[in-house]
Amino acid sequence: MMLRSVLASSALLATTSLISPALADDPLRVVASFSILGDMVEVVGGDAVAVTTIVGRGEDAHVYEPVPTDAANVAEADLIFVNGLSFEGSIERLIEASGTTAPVAVASVGINVLMTDEDDHSDHSDHDDHDDHNHDEHAHDDHDDHDHDEHAHDDHDDHDHDEHAHDDHDDDHDHDDHDHDEHAHDDDGHDDHDHDEHAHDDHHDHDHGPEDPHAWQSLDAAQIYAANIADALCDLDADSCETFEANAAAYGEQLEALHQQYEAQFSDLEASERVFITAHQAFGYLARDFDFTILSPQGLSTESEASAADVARLIDQIRETGAQALFVEANADPRLLEQIASETGVSVSDTPLYSDWLSDEDGPAATYLAMMTHNLNALVAALVTN
Amino acid sequence: MSAYDFLIAPFADYAFMQRALLGGLLIAFSAAPVGVFLMLRRMSLTGDAMAHAILPGAALGFLIFGLELLPMTLGGLIAGALVAAGAGLVARMTVQKEDASLAAVYLISLAFGVMIVSLRGSSIDLMHVLFGSVLALNTQSLIMIGSITGMTVLTLGIIWRALVAECLDPGFLRSVSALGPIVHFIFLALVVLNLVAGFQALGTLLSVGLMILPAATARFWTRTALSLCALAVALALLSVIAGLLISYHLAIASGPAVILAAGVIYLSSLLVEPRWLVLSNLPKHRHKVA
Repeated sequence: MMLRSVLASSALLATTSLISPALADDPLRVVASFSILGDMVEVVGGDAVAVTTIVGRGEDAHVYEPVPTDAANVAEADLIFVNGLSFEGSIERLIEASGTTAPVAVASVGINVLMTDEDDHSDHSDHDDHDDHNHDEHAHDDHDDHDHDEHAHDDHDDHDHDEHAHDDHDDDHDHDDHDHDEHAHDDDGHDDHDHDEHAHDDHHDHDHGPEDPHAWQSLDAAQIYAANIADALCDLDADSCETFEANAAAYGEQLEALHQQYEAQFSDLEASERVFITAHQAFGYLARDFDFTILSPQGLSTESEASAADVARLIDQIRETGAQALFVEANADPRLLEQIASETGVSVSDTPLYSDWLSDEDGPAATYLAMMTHNLNALVAALVTN
Repeated sequence: MSAYDFLIAPFADYAFMQRALLGGLLIAFSAAPVGVFLMLRRMSLTGDAMAHAILPGAALGFLIFGLELLPMTLGGLIAGALVAAGAGLVARMTVQKEDASLAAVYLISLAFGVMIVSLRGSSIDLMHVLFGSVLALNTQSLIMIGSITGMTVLTLGIIWRALVAECLDPGFLRSVSALGPIVHFIFLALVVLNLVAGFQALGTLLSVGLMILPAATARFWTRTALSLCALAVALALLSVIAGLLISYHLAIASGPAVILAAGVIYLSSLLVEPRWLVLSNLPKHRHKVA
């Protein structure tokens, strides 16, 4: 927790004063809730922002414990970025407690939210009766296939061993939270660009579990993140707005190019080959984008503990699907997956995946783009090359 | 569902269930008798305190050597030994009683451990690393648990007479032998060893549960040290098997399932064997006083 990364510190020195007179030469002080979001803000904001992250490189937001300097950074910030979708947890309380008057911008607004029936324990609601297509109505659908979703959900359908009482799980509550996020955003005056509102409305008709917050694992969603970040920065620094939007657009093109590149690499895989195994189910969006199915013993959060039933079901699934690609996550406890690997005869990939944080600056996932490239290369190596 | 499907198939079909069963049974075999002596020495809560006390050692081992079983175990053992020795020293050298000194020393140790964990940052849930899962026992963990079981049974056999004597009358042992404090510390070392083994197997701090609950349950049914140990071991074995089956069939996390199984046995013993209820403490007598 000692290592707070002030990402833009070196960039600061080179700042040329294109910034509005009102702000003098000072860059915007921007706090991002975690390292991946911080990297995106840095790319979009360029020299005009100085980014601090609350949960830094190599740290897991799920088990974050605040230190006073975090609250101090938040209190002094001009603008705060959060992921939303209930990802931040106690960080939201930290922001409130810091007494900051800075606007809080939710980066994930307008993305095509992935619903998950994975709870922090292992009973599952029934997914058979819901209509996946409603999820896909967001505006950013250049390459958004409906069957992606269905594929991702097929996996969950297999889990339905216990459907009791899950329906009255507080879905409404979750959605209210989300609405709240949106309001906070709107209040700050970033009225939403044309990314849909109606996708969210559709969710209210649905009868399933909470939203999967790990949306940055989708290169599609990340393009919306970039646009949202540019909008929020524009509201505070209108003079640099063109730069922000140009940066976001250029970044979006890079992300899109990456998406296309790997879609081509995966194109020869049969549907039955598009399966991989990992512990922490943070890769739902990645799986949706590229039509993969994930087999996983644990729910959404790293905090949950697997039951014997979960592990047995996963072993059965691996045997049934013949899945051969098993990934541990960077910095995570690999022991359970290693046992599962030895029982099923699947070998563990020597490349761990990055889910919720960036590596050190000289590591394999120093930036968001590097992280996605790293993860996708690992998938290519395990699924295509072999 | 046939009895075979319910009782045998989970273990026959899955290697991880066999490993979980083996690990759990080994733990039960050594933790339960240790729990009996903790109870007889009125130290039932010491297990919990020691469980917290080993955190900084295990955390340091992890920080320096990474996710390696041996350094984390040794670190935990050293921290536990330091806390036990520190608390003992304070109790013997000052007016403070053992419970107060242990509470003070273990809390210092625990805070130290939490600080070490937070120094590392929250890159990994260290609690998850330190406290494995019975479903993830690799061969190395099983060997370690097996060695600890063997060591515990052997040591208990050697110090049995002294332990029993000291439980009955600590003053007597002290008057006839200088071995009293030594036996005490050897016993505390066994407690720490079994806690470390239990962390590997039962995940969370719940490992203390398999130590204390079967012992406390056995106390309802029998009195001599030997029969207490035998019954506690049997009940602990039963809890492990029942807990794993519950975890398998009802999809409940394994650690809590095992301890809750032990808890159910405790509560049913309480109800079935009411002669241990102390009648004069029941509320119906209170109005006479008031």
